[in-house]
Amino acid sequence: MIGGLFIYNHKGEVLISRVYRDDIGRNAVDAFRVNVIHARQQVRSPVTNIARTSFFHVKRSNIWLAAVTKQNVNAAMVFEFLYKMCDVMTAYFGKISEENIKNNFVLIYELLDEILDFGYPQNSETGALKTFITQTGIKSQSKEEQSQITSQVTGQIGWRREGIKYRRNELFLDVLESVNLLMSPQGQVLSAHVSGRVVMKSYLSGMPECKFGMNDKIVIDKQGKGGATDEAGKSDLGGSGGGGGKQSIAIDDCTFHQCVRLSKFDAERSISFIPPDGECELMRYRTTKDIILPFRVIPLVREVGRTKLEVKVVIKSNFKPSLLAQKIEVRIPTPLNTSGVQVICMKGKAKYKASENAIVWKIKRMAGMKESQISAEIELLPTNDKKKWARPPISMNFEVPFAPSGLKVRYLKVFEPKLNYSDHDVIKWVRYIGRSGIYETRC
Amino acid sequence: MLCFHVCAGEIFELKAELNSDKKEKKKEAVKKVIASMTVGKDVSALFPDVVNCMQTDNLELKKLVYLYLMNYAKSQPDMAIMAVNTFVKDCEDPNPLIRALAVRTMGCIRVDKITEYLCEPLRKCLKDEDPYVRKTAAVCVAKLHDINAQLVEDQGFLDTLKDLISDSNPMVVANAVAALSEIAESHPNSNLLDLNPQSINKLLTALNECTEWGQIFILDCLANYAPRDDRESQSICERVTPRLSHANSAVVLSAVKVLMKFMEMLPKDLDYYGTLLKKLAPPLVTLLSAEPELQYVALRNINLIVQKRPEILKHEMKVFFVKYNDPIYVKLEKLDIMIRLASQANIAQVLAELKEYATEVDVDFVRKAVRAIGRCAIKVEQSAERCVSTLLDLIQTKVNYVVQEAIVVIKDIFRKYPNKYESVIATLCENLDSLDEPEARAAMIWIVGEYAERIDNADELLESFLEGFHDESTQVQLQLLTAIVKLFLKKPTETQELVQQVLSLATQDSDNPDLRDRGYIYWRLLSTDPVAAKEVVLAEKPLISEETDLIEPTLLEELICHIGTLASVYHKPPSAFVEGSRGVMHKRLPARTGSGESTESPDVGTIAGGSGTETAPSIIPSQGDLLGDLLNLDLAPPTTTGPPPPTSGMQMGGMDLLGGGLDSLVGSPMPPRHLGGDIGGSAAMGAGFGAVPAVMPASLNAPMGGGLGDLFDLGGGVGMPLGAYIPPKTVWLPAMKAKGLEISGTFARRAGVIQMELTLTNKAMSVMTDFAIQFNRNSFGLAPAGPLQVLSPLSPNQTIEVSLPLSTVGPVMKMEPLNNLQVAVKNNIDVFYFSCQYPISMLFVEDGKMERQVFLATWKDIPNENESQFQIKDCHLNSDAASNKLQASNIFTIAKRTVEGQDMLYMSIKLSNGIWVLAELRVQTGNPNYTVRKERIRIT
Repeated sequence: MIGGLFIYNHKGEVLISRVYRDDIGRNAVDAFRVNVIHARQQVRSPVTNIARTSFFHVKRSNIWLAAVTKQNVNAAMVFEFLYKMCDVMTAYFGKISEENIKNNFVLIYELLDEILDFGYPQNSETGALKTFITQTGIKSQSKEEQSQITSQVTGQIGWRREGIKYRRNELFLDVLESVNLLMSPQGQVLSAHVSGRVVMKSYLSGMPECKFGMNDKIVIDKQGKGGATDEAGKSDLGGSGGGGGKQSIAIDDCTFHQCVRLSKFDAERSISFIPPDGECELMRYRTTKDIILPFRVIPLVREVGRTKLEVKVVIKSNFKPSLLAQKIEVRIPTPLNTSGVQVICMKGKAKYKASENAIVWKIKRMAGMKESQISAEIELLPTNDKKKWARPPISMNFEVPFAPSGLKVRYLKVFEPKLNYSDHDVIKWVRYIGRSGIYETRC
Repeated sequence: MLCFHVCAGEIFELKAELNSDKKEKKKEAVKKVIASMTVGKDVSALFPDVVNCMQTDNLELKKLVYLYLMNYAKSQPDMAIMAVNTFVKDCEDPNPLIRALAVRTMGCIRVDKITEYLCEPLRKCLKDEDPYVRKTAAVCVAKLHDINAQLVEDQGFLDTLKDLISDSNPMVVANAVAALSEIAESHPNSNLLDLNPQSINKLLTALNECTEWGQIFILDCLANYAPRDDRESQSICERVTPRLSHANSAVVLSAVKVLMKFMEMLPKDLDYYGTLLKKLAPPLVTLLSAEPELQYVALRNINLIVQKRPEILKHEMKVFFVKYNDPIYVKLEKLDIMIRLASQANIAQVLAELKEYATEVDVDFVRKAVRAIGRCAIKVEQSAERCVSTLLDLIQTKVNYVVQEAIVVIKDIFRKYPNKYESVIATLCENLDSLDEPEARAAMIWIVGEYAERIDNADELLESFLEGFHDESTQVQLQLLTAIVKLFLKKPTETQELVQQVLSLATQDSDNPDLRDRGYIYWRLLSTDPVAAKEVVLAEKPLISEETDLIEPTLLEELICHIGTLASVYHKPPSAFVEGSRGVMHKRLPARTGSGESTESPDVGTIAGGSGTETAPSIIPSQGDLLGDLLNLDLAPPTTTGPPPPTSGMQMGGMDLLGGGLDSLVGSPMPPRHLGGDIGGSAAMGAGFGAVPAVMPASLNAPMGGGLGDLFDLGGGVGMPLGAYIPPKTVWLPAMKAKGLEISGTFARRAGVIQMELTLTNKAMSVMTDFAIQFNRNSFGLAPAGPLQVLSPLSPNQTIEVSLPLSTVGPVMKMEPLNNLQVAVKNNIDVFYFSCQYPISMLFVEDGKMERQVFLATWKDIPNENESQFQIKDCHLNSDAASNKLQASNIFTIAKRTVEGQDMLYMSIKLSNGIWVLAELRVQTGNPNYTVRKERIRIT
């Protein structure tokens, strides 16, 4: 199991060091600094073995988190734990920075003592931790409160405490998708997928049983056969789809927050759970079929002699004209030996950024079914470098108000038998945001 | 280790604050102490003052003090005892959080006195009413076991822990499982976890309810269970599959591990088997959208899974396409998997991608991409032509490392498809001058040699390499030697001078034994029988196999059992990187119990097909190996010797002196021999050792047999070194026994001087200096003839080779076994002791050749009771060769007689202490078994 956990700043100074196992000596702290942080070459692997000691590291801005072990540990678990550790710290004191860590080191030690025992990860849900690890010092707890804490930390529903009360029961659902594309210069889709998340913010009283439904092909087909559309009609939350009237979507794979009953999903494909209070990522999913690609990039690069390049890029928006895409940015890479660039664009602003070796073209808003164009002349310095310019792909960023996968939320039902509010009393909000992931077109 | 000294004033100030009456000031002071501790300052002087703060109702302050205690208690065991009372009191506290905190902290303090006091509170806490305390206590048992395993057993904590598996709280169950699994690892044979269908059922129930981490503990534990039949296996699989949708990647991977393992047991015609295969792909693909570090772990595991069950991901090629912004470690792994998944169906896409990658920036990545194109050509025959033309395009770019990499892979393509693509040789030759890496140079030379008859100026090309022969790396030298010999055999008239030149360079001017040996073999072959030479050197080479860089099947099986863990990331068994007994247990996949069909899936048939050496595909070594090996030595003949028959015991008192010592040689001759390939550093040596049949009579009755057997064995290998037999180096002192110093070594006799050849490796994290060596008294009076010459300090991970001359004039004492040597090595860290055994042949002196007359007289004089007889099996040398071979080890042939087709050799040996051994060796032509009939000893 994890033998020790260290946090360093970018210079390699130790900010936090907690050793859990006797086989990890203090020299391990230095070994990591010398061999990884101060290594001359770029780090080639997130796992390093130095003198039979294995180091796992992740970096957050310029802070290094390293877990150390001498055993054959579950490597996936160690990384998952390190990410979780970052989440917990962010939830407690915001951004992970040297200053924040130094200011909160007592808190961090307290957390590390709680969420890792003898190197075994323990309950690390922030909701539960915040009930008894506080920065405000001791809270005098009554006996009931104490046992409530311990039952929550160890309990079956470790992510929610009992006795939560809201005057107004409200919940927000965000369907956040990132659409990824790799396209050949000829416009052929080499690979495309959407990775989406359903984020739920809930302010519900008691221990509400929730049931979530979406236009999952498997469920719809099953219902279609049975002829029953019992839930679909009544409580449809309505989507604002951009692409078209697709009825259902094929989900390649999905994973759920630990509150979702997986065995029930496996058997009936229904998503039921008791949500944590506040925000949580209910599910993640991936689709590859029938994706609505919001933009198409058409590049044209021509080499005019040895010292000049002509670039023309057209972007076309491909969604309902009534919808608006925002924060559009097209990044056109330029060769390293670029000496000057002249740009003409119809819409938005374009600039050559020498430090990034790219022309960055920004458009604030663009409606669907429109087209825009940029053309540029790039002057090159003559070089005798044998190697040709690698021509990195043209990448794009944007945000659209629909789900490119076509996913729609059909219902989210809330049952709380013990308290006197019903599903109708809960105010529900749904929002769809589609963002670009890695959206690249080769040129 | 860095240690900052805190100035006295600062300590004094802190001391005052710690003893302040004000709570807030106290707390601030303890915080400052912890801050100093974190950066490595020594604040142990404040121990009593900090411990004084422990008695407080402020939980935050208490936790800080505990943190301090965990760090310093070990260095101040006497003062740590001051804290015991508070701990014991806290374990009774009404607040469960405080009870758990106390027992958790106590378990982290490795001081015997505290441990004693821990037992009672721990016993209570294991049965505490609060689950939070119980789950903490469960882990505490594992802590205590790490400090004092005996105590845990004596106190019966293991049974209590087992009871916790049936606890009502899922988290308690999970922690108990984790603790038991860890304890069980250090007792491989105990049936601690006692997994049976009932307990498995409990675990599966808890799996649905506990935290994500608990699920990992339980799944990892489940993976060790062996289901009784395929039904049980299926029902466990059914209950584990829902975990594949968990958001935590580690849960997913651990579930994949359980499924991959238990699937082995399912009959393949079962519907469920197919369903399961289909269910595995999506979660594996989803892992690729995790953070890059996890992607890396996932990809390393997918690499294993694809080798074991290629059918799972065969349609998912696209997801492994490299993204421009992937970290380099992700890119390299994806590339590896792409090649494994390449097939006729998707090869066009793959090639287009690879060509794209070959123009990227990162040199390693580009190289790997180029190499991948070659591997595709070898794997998918239909694509070979496209691959070759792609490679030629890349060569046209003239980017140095791309060209070199392309040439290396084209060489492999030639070997896979002979007489097909040789038209490109001209293009390759154009780039001869730009090659500066050994591997590429060697590949190019191989090509020139192999196709010498089609290259008009082959002699000129090779000659141009010859000029700087001694500056080349061994790989290139060996290849050049072979290539020129090939050229000579193909065009003998024009190249005689060239071949003379290279042979003399290799044999006379080189210090490299591999090169010299190969040179001599060619020389003799060419001078004795040019026709035979042609047959041998220009023999048709077996085609190389299509799959490359595969992990050896038994290792693959073991790694599949370790999915998700570090072993699967390193692709090494845990024993390779874990110290001590932990995790050294070898895990195996269960056997299929279903119908009588083959256990291998058809797609992997070639990989796991046969266990014998005959059918195993010859795998192309990924890098740095010899090309087109001389005689293709890696295809060693199968070793099929049965156990040797026991030889008759005629051992007498006089024999004991030698016998005892040689027994030990007989006792463990095999393991060191397998190391041959490593020290020899050449495939030729490795093959030589690998091909050695097991001739050692394992019986105690034939002591000399071992010694002679060893000497003869070498004769069986082809790449034999000239000179006395030197056993391969073995590890005498493992690093874990000597604070990081590892010593391996062997003995050799060179020019009449016995040498102890040592390899010292520093596996610690600090520098080692001041080495010295000393021997205990021993049977033959061996003693160091000089000091141990380690001139420069040995820095971490550095290895040094030292040769220590020995004399035989030291004090004598009979050892058991006779050839045992006890050695002490000292360095700046400590003194270490180990013992090793030297081969008796090392003591045979150069003037051991007895006069003929004396020999005759002595032979008759020896009493019968000093006689013994045994056989040496499967030695394929004729008597002359054997005689030459033995002479190299100072065993001299005095006379030779031929009676009825049997050669009788009379031989003498003299030991360094003046003992003579006379022997008769019978060799029957055509019979690989030798009989050593007499062996007599006289003391002069």
